[in-house]
Amino acid sequence: MPDNKELNKKSLWEETTLGKVTSRFPLRDNLVTGSDVETDNIYIPIENFSYDKKLGFPGEYPYTRGVQPTMYRGRFWTMRQYAGFGTAEESNSRYKYLLAQGQTGLSIAFDLPTQIGYDSDDPISAGEVGKVGVAIDSLKDMETLFDGIPLDKVSTSMTINAPAAVLLAMYIIVAEKQGVSKDQIRGTIQNDILKEYIARGTYIFPPAPSMRLINNIFEYCSAEVPKWNTISISGYHIREAGSTAVQEIAFTIADGIEYVKNAIGVGLDVDNFAGRLSFFFNAHNDLLEEIAKYRAARRIWAKVMKEKFSAKKEKSMMMRFHTQTAGSTLTAQQPDNNIVRVAIQTLAAVMGGTQSLHTNSKDEALALPTEDSVRVALRTQQIVAHESGVANIVDPLAGSYYIEQLTDKIEAETWNYINKIEEMGGMVKAIEKGYVQKEIQDSAYRYQKAVEKGDRVVVGVNKFTIEEPAPGGLLRVNPELQKVQEENLTIVRSERDNARVRECLSALSEGASKEDINLMPLIIDSVREYATLGEISNVLREKFGEYRESIVL
Amino acid sequence: MELIKRITRGNTRAIARGISVIENNSDTKEELIDGLYPFTGKAQIIGITGSPGAGKSTIVDRIIQFERNNNKKIAVIAVDPSSPFSGGAILGDRLRMQTHATDPGVFIRSMASRGYLGGISAATSGAIKVFDAAGFDTIIIETIGVGQTEVEVIELADLIILTLVPGMGDEIQAMKAGIMEIADLFLVNKSDIDGADRLKSEIEYMLMLGPENDKAHTPQIKLVSAKNNSGTEELYNTMFKQLTLFKESGLLDKRRKERIKMEIEHIFIDKLKDILNTRLNLKENMGIWIEKVYNREIRPYNFVNKKMENLKKENLL
Amino acid sequence: MNKKIRIVIAKPGLDGHDRGAKYIARALKDAGYEVIYTGIRQTPESIVATAIQEDVDFVGLSLLSGAHNELFPRVVDLLNSQNAGDIVVFGGGVIPEEDLAFLKERGIEAIFRPGAPISEVISFIESKTGSTAA
Repeated sequence: MPDNKELNKKSLWEETTLGKVTSRFPLRDNLVTGSDVETDNIYIPIENFSYDKKLGFPGEYPYTRGVQPTMYRGRFWTMRQYAGFGTAEESNSRYKYLLAQGQTGLSIAFDLPTQIGYDSDDPISAGEVGKVGVAIDSLKDMETLFDGIPLDKVSTSMTINAPAAVLLAMYIIVAEKQGVSKDQIRGTIQNDILKEYIARGTYIFPPAPSMRLINNIFEYCSAEVPKWNTISISGYHIREAGSTAVQEIAFTIADGIEYVKNAIGVGLDVDNFAGRLSFFFNAHNDLLEEIAKYRAARRIWAKVMKEKFSAKKEKSMMMRFHTQTAGSTLTAQQPDNNIVRVAIQTLAAVMGGTQSLHTNSKDEALALPTEDSVRVALRTQQIVAHESGVANIVDPLAGSYYIEQLTDKIEAETWNYINKIEEMGGMVKAIEKGYVQKEIQDSAYRYQKAVEKGDRVVVGVNKFTIEEPAPGGLLRVNPELQKVQEENLTIVRSERDNARVRECLSALSEGASKEDINLMPLIIDSVREYATLGEISNVLREKFGEYRESIVL
Repeated sequence: MELIKRITRGNTRAIARGISVIENNSDTKEELIDGLYPFTGKAQIIGITGSPGAGKSTIVDRIIQFERNNNKKIAVIAVDPSSPFSGGAILGDRLRMQTHATDPGVFIRSMASRGYLGGISAATSGAIKVFDAAGFDTIIIETIGVGQTEVEVIELADLIILTLVPGMGDEIQAMKAGIMEIADLFLVNKSDIDGADRLKSEIEYMLMLGPENDKAHTPQIKLVSAKNNSGTEELYNTMFKQLTLFKESGLLDKRRKERIKMEIEHIFIDKLKDILNTRLNLKENMGIWIEKVYNREIRPYNFVNKKMENLKKENLL
Repeated sequence: MNKKIRIVIAKPGLDGHDRGAKYIARALKDAGYEVIYTGIRQTPESIVATAIQEDVDFVGLSLLSGAHNELFPRVVDLLNSQNAGDIVVFGGGVIPEEDLAFLKERGIEAIFRPGAPISEVISFIESKTGSTAA
């Protein structure tokens, strides 16, 4: 709450100085944030603001100001461009290009059949092979994907959820073949199935067996792959689906709570796995609202872990997160404008204290990004890092009347959601009821209506439009790709020891029907024998069943 | 009528068109329904009702599977509400049955209520005849599910299933008088959540207090979890066991005759309405009459009786 | 006669981004149309079977994965082969301008690209049916 004395002065100012002006020159309409929150005439000091409770110091509870004491005064965030398309070979050369351009981590995009556990020659994969990412059918493709890239030197983030265990297993074996042991590899699997049910759609199994697979990964990695981030709890796609900033962090943290509860439920010790939980947020256009959002999210997670789950280790309470600029804000019209949007979003992520960042390329509303546009996106990060000066200051907007009040407001509204979901019996229940999806859809609908009515301006789309020629030089995925993958699969299936594959798959099948078996080692065995992603997923489909969308609008 | 022939041969496009003819109240509607009538009466018609979120569509999806395993042809009519404001509708029930979309033995048709109350649409009864004549063994009507007033489905179905979920104990009390009395089969869905057994005993208690039923009509209560596919096969078997009992006891015939009675009455009423509409030019005159009645210039019965007299005098009635 | 325009809104392929499809479905409902919504991961075969059973006037396809050149024409072809070529197919999503001519030639009558307002979709439907929804 603002200071009383100041509040009285503010009212007086609104009546006199401000009122005199607005009676002749009214304020603009729609003075709202990107998430439709009304803004005030002016922000003034907060009454009884407790620096220690609300902010603390960087690297200290409640981590509002950041999880590291030095933040970017030590080293910059990891610049990590999400990439992948076509064959493993094509993607491999894009990764090498990005590393040569100064990128510091890899981020793998998989095609949809891979994300949903189908081989490229499955009829359901028709048309989708290699389209939104790289097609991976077996260990063979993974070997090609990382050919010549030393896995002890790079950290790799993989956007893979339902079949995360299988792709992680492949990565472990590729590393092993390079002579890099499991405890040396660094990286992240997204592995966040709940937001797939909510917003992204690449689920395979129902919630219960999906949560089991996640627990298996937590358990296996805490013992065997200690430097691996076992989950990236993602608000990114929730925001892309049209949520508000508050909904983004509220539903993400509620997902996080569900994962922690589940893992504790099967007997894992919170401090054994919580330090490897990471988050993934969106960076939208409203600069100040986004910065407040990240700060609020860190503070809430710290409280959740300390107060709700009694975590002891500091690391368990720190919310580390990756950020990506908002794909949904990019326009197909006047695509060069997208470079500016991405620059603003980059500032938001950096001033909000992200640990790593992907900047979108200007042509993503049209097609896959070209090499040139990917370079500009990366350069945007480098300019913010080296030239803007914002990286020299930790949490530079702390103490701003507006930022602190907005941080508090976002926190309060987030708790409302979290508590409501808890009352419903947790996130799985809330998703099954359709509550979360409905909340997001209503926000998305309101936003779109505002754009269509012109209440919200999107430059180049509903205002400042021009006639423009069709952009050329877009990247195309080779339409013959599916055939190439199919041929490779035939070779893999004929060269491997098929008897061993059958043994491994039947062991996996047997393991899947026993709740207390950790499936990770069985999946690793199968992958090592070149069992395909589709074969492994089908074994599990048979045992676990498949999740089907059931919520309608 | 060519369409009739094609429908009775089971042509998909013709069936779909036939339902549209009825739904859109096209000029050929009566001819179509009468033309199909001799081919009807073979299908078993099952109505499934219950609140939104009770899992009706998922249950229907499971029933479809069992029917297909038995090589039976099955049609589903899924009714969703039309918006009272725009007249538009989002029909999404079939989303939960889409795995059967390409099975030629399954026909799913979504219908908007188009302002009709009672959980179904005005064209539902006609659509049933189309499916029946087209040779479907079983026809399922899934109602909107807005609550206890959806008793109209009894006018259409041989067997009524009411889907309930734990956690709505109070609603049961409220429902006593309406939908609870017409159900032949109570289905407690989501039996994996707490309160399923309590719900079952509440239903039992309520049935005990209800009116005496003849033997064939003892309502059954089944616990299922459609999501986990547990109890669904038993539900399926019970449905058809009950239908057999109804048939043997004569209840089925009784119900079907009752249905025909209502249908004839409906047609008469609709026709009379049409006559009144044209003879009295209601479209133009109604506004004037309302004003007069509102201003107490005329009295309703007296006014209507006079109008009727006039019609009779002129031999228009 | 009381004819209502019926429209299937479907997502072919494996892409799960349904924000656009759901928006269109809801906006068309608000404009007075009856919309049959099938959800994600539909094959061209299931979309066509749905369109025929539901006796719709239009099929609207939404796809963001880039598989439109494969999947959209397949829907048109299947409709034609099942004697349902009168059903009008339109599409939307991340579709490069240079693909528009090809899609048009293959029978997709309109493509709505990112940023296209719903009023454009509605005028297209009205131009095809010669009437408004209500």
